[in-house]
Amino acid sequence: MSAVLPRDVLPPVIAPGETNTSISAKISDATLRHPTGWLWIGGFLLSLLACALLFVGTCWLLYAGIGIFGLNIPVAWSFFIANYVWWIAIGMGGTFISAAMFLTRQGWRNSINRFAEAMTVFAVSVSGIFPILHLGRPWFFYWLFPYPDVMNVWPQWRSSLEWDFWAILAYLIVSIVYWYVGMLPDLATLRDRAPNLAQARFYGLLSLGWRGEARHWMRLEKFNLVTAGLAVTLVFSVHSMVALDFSEGLVPGWHETIFPPFFIAGALFSGFAMVLVLGIPLRKWFGFEAYLTERHIVNMAKMMLAAGLFVDYSYFSEIFTAFYSMDKYDVAMTMHRVVGPYAWVFWGTILFNVLLIQLLWFPRVRRNAGAVFAIALGVLVGMWLERFMLVVTSLYEDFLPSAWGMFWPTFWDIAFLIGSIGLFFFMFLLFTRLLPMLSMFELRKLLAARRRAETQR
Amino acid sequence: MNARLHGLLAEFAEAEHLLAAVRRAREEGYCASCIEAYSPYPVEGLAEALGARHHRVPFWMLVGALVGGAFTYWLEWYSAVVNYPINAGGRPLFSWPAFIPPAVEMTILWAVLFGIGAVLFGARLPRVRHPLFESHEFERATSDRFFLLVRGNDPRFDAQATQSFLGTLSPLSVVEVAEE
Repeated sequence: MSAVLPRDVLPPVIAPGETNTSISAKISDATLRHPTGWLWIGGFLLSLLACALLFVGTCWLLYAGIGIFGLNIPVAWSFFIANYVWWIAIGMGGTFISAAMFLTRQGWRNSINRFAEAMTVFAVSVSGIFPILHLGRPWFFYWLFPYPDVMNVWPQWRSSLEWDFWAILAYLIVSIVYWYVGMLPDLATLRDRAPNLAQARFYGLLSLGWRGEARHWMRLEKFNLVTAGLAVTLVFSVHSMVALDFSEGLVPGWHETIFPPFFIAGALFSGFAMVLVLGIPLRKWFGFEAYLTERHIVNMAKMMLAAGLFVDYSYFSEIFTAFYSMDKYDVAMTMHRVVGPYAWVFWGTILFNVLLIQLLWFPRVRRNAGAVFAIALGVLVGMWLERFMLVVTSLYEDFLPSAWGMFWPTFWDIAFLIGSIGLFFFMFLLFTRLLPMLSMFELRKLLAARRRAETQR
Repeated sequence: MNARLHGLLAEFAEAEHLLAAVRRAREEGYCASCIEAYSPYPVEGLAEALGARHHRVPFWMLVGALVGGAFTYWLEWYSAVVNYPINAGGRPLFSWPAFIPPAVEMTILWAVLFGIGAVLFGARLPRVRHPLFESHEFERATSDRFFLLVRGNDPRFDAQATQSFLGTLSPLSVVEVAEE
C-alpha cells in the first residue's frame, strides 16, 4: 500500500540525529547567541520608519478627524475596515495551527506553532487599532464596554459591531495567554542557558520560576488541551462575527448567508500564507533546517491550497447565487465588480487567489521554498484585494444611482496600511531576538514519541 | 554538619531511566509527596508513577466558563430590560438570540483566565527563587536531563540510606541540595 504515494521521499519532521541536547542548544542559541546581523538591523530600522509613519498618521487623524481619508458617503468603509479584516484573518491561521492541529495530533505542527502563535498575537494587536481609530471620536471607544456610568448609556447588544468588540477582546487575551503559558518551559530553558546574569534574570522573571516538575507538566498539559479546544471555537466564532459585521447589513454584496464560512476559509488561507512568508526566511536565517524541513513547507503549501479552494468555491457561489436569485441589485453589483471601474481589483483577486495557487498542485512547485514563498506573498496581496473588493465595490454603487460615488485612497489611507505592516514586523523582529522561536519542549516530546515508535516496531 | 537539606537529587540521561527510578522509589516506600520528578518535556505516565493526586484545572475552567457566560448574559438582560429599556422598532427588550454571541465569547475568555489561574496556583508559581536553582546540575533539567528529588522534609529521610538507595538506580550523579 505504501508504494502508492512516494511520501517517504520527504524528510522527517525532525532531521535524523537530533537529540534533546541539540534541540535545546540550537533553538535557544538562536535567541541568546545568534549575531544580530545587518539584515535584521536594516529590517528593524525600516519597520521603525513605518511605525513612525503610523504614529504621525494617528496624531494627524486625532487632530484633523476622519476627513483625512478618502472615504465618504456612499463609501463610508474603506481601507481601514479592509486592513482590519485582513490582519485579524492572518491571526486566525496561527491559532488554527496551534490549536486545531494539536487536537488532531499533527505532530509536525510542533515546529511551527510557536512563531505562528506569535504571528497571531501581533496580527490581532495590529488589527485592533483599525476599528478604534475608524470611529469618528476614537477617544470614546470605551463606550463599547458596559460600565455603570452617569449617562446611563449601555452598549447596543443587538449589533454585530458590538459582538465584534467582545470577539476581538476575547480573542486577543486568549491568544496572548495561550502563547505565553505555552512558552513558560522554553523561557525556563533560556534562563538556564543564559550566558550572563542580566539575561538569566530577564528570562527568570518571564518564566515565573518554571522548573519542569512532573505535577506542573500535568497541569500545563491539561490546560493546553482544554484551551486548544476552546481556541478552535474562538477562531470560528470570532471570524464569523467579523463576517456578520457585513452580512447583517442590507447592501447587496454583503447581505449573504455564506459570509461566515467564507470569511473563515479566507482567514485560514491568508494565515497559512503568512506562516509561510515568516517561516521560510526564519528557517534560512537561523539555520532551523533540521526542524523546519521540506516536509513542513510542503504540508503548509497543501493546507494553503486546500483553504484557497474553499475561498474559490465561495467566489463561485457568490456569483452563482447573484444570477440564480435574479435579484437585479445583486446582479448589478456582481457586474460592477467584474467590469466596473474597480474591475482590476476583482481580476487581481482572481489572479492571486484562484489562478496562482493552482501551481501548488505540482509537487515540484511545493518543494521549491522560493516558489512557495512567492505564491504565499501573492496570496497575501490577493486577500487584501479581496477585502477591499468586498468592502468598497459593495458600497460604491448600491440601490440608488443618485447616491453612487467612487472611492480613491488618500496618502493617509496608504500610510496606515504601510504603517500597520511596519508595526507587525517591528513586533515580530523583536520576537526573533528576545523569545524562543520554536517550541523546544514540544519538539523534545515529538522526539520521544518517535523513539518510542521506533522501539516498538 | 547540620545544614538542613532540601533533598537529594539524582540525575538521569533518559526519560525511561527516570520513570523506572520513580517506580522503584515508590516501591521502596517513599511517599508521593516526598519525591518529585523533573523533566525537560512532559513524560507520559510520570505524574501517575509519582502518585500525583488529581488536579482541578478542567474543573476551574468549567467554573470560569459558567461564571463568565452567565454573568455576561445576565448583564445584557439587566441593561437592556431593567436598567435602560429602549423600544427600538418594536424589537423585544429581551432579544435573547442576539445576546448569545457576547456571552459565548466571554464564556471562552473566562474559562481560559480561570484555567491559567488554576495552573499557576496549583503549581505555586510564580516562584523565582527555589533551592533547586542553586544546584549547578539542575540547570540541565530544562534542556536534556531528567531528575529525581527525594525531599529532606520527610520524617523517615536519612541522608546516608537515601544516598545509597539512589546509587542503586545507576544515576549519572547524586547531589545534595541545601535548603535556602
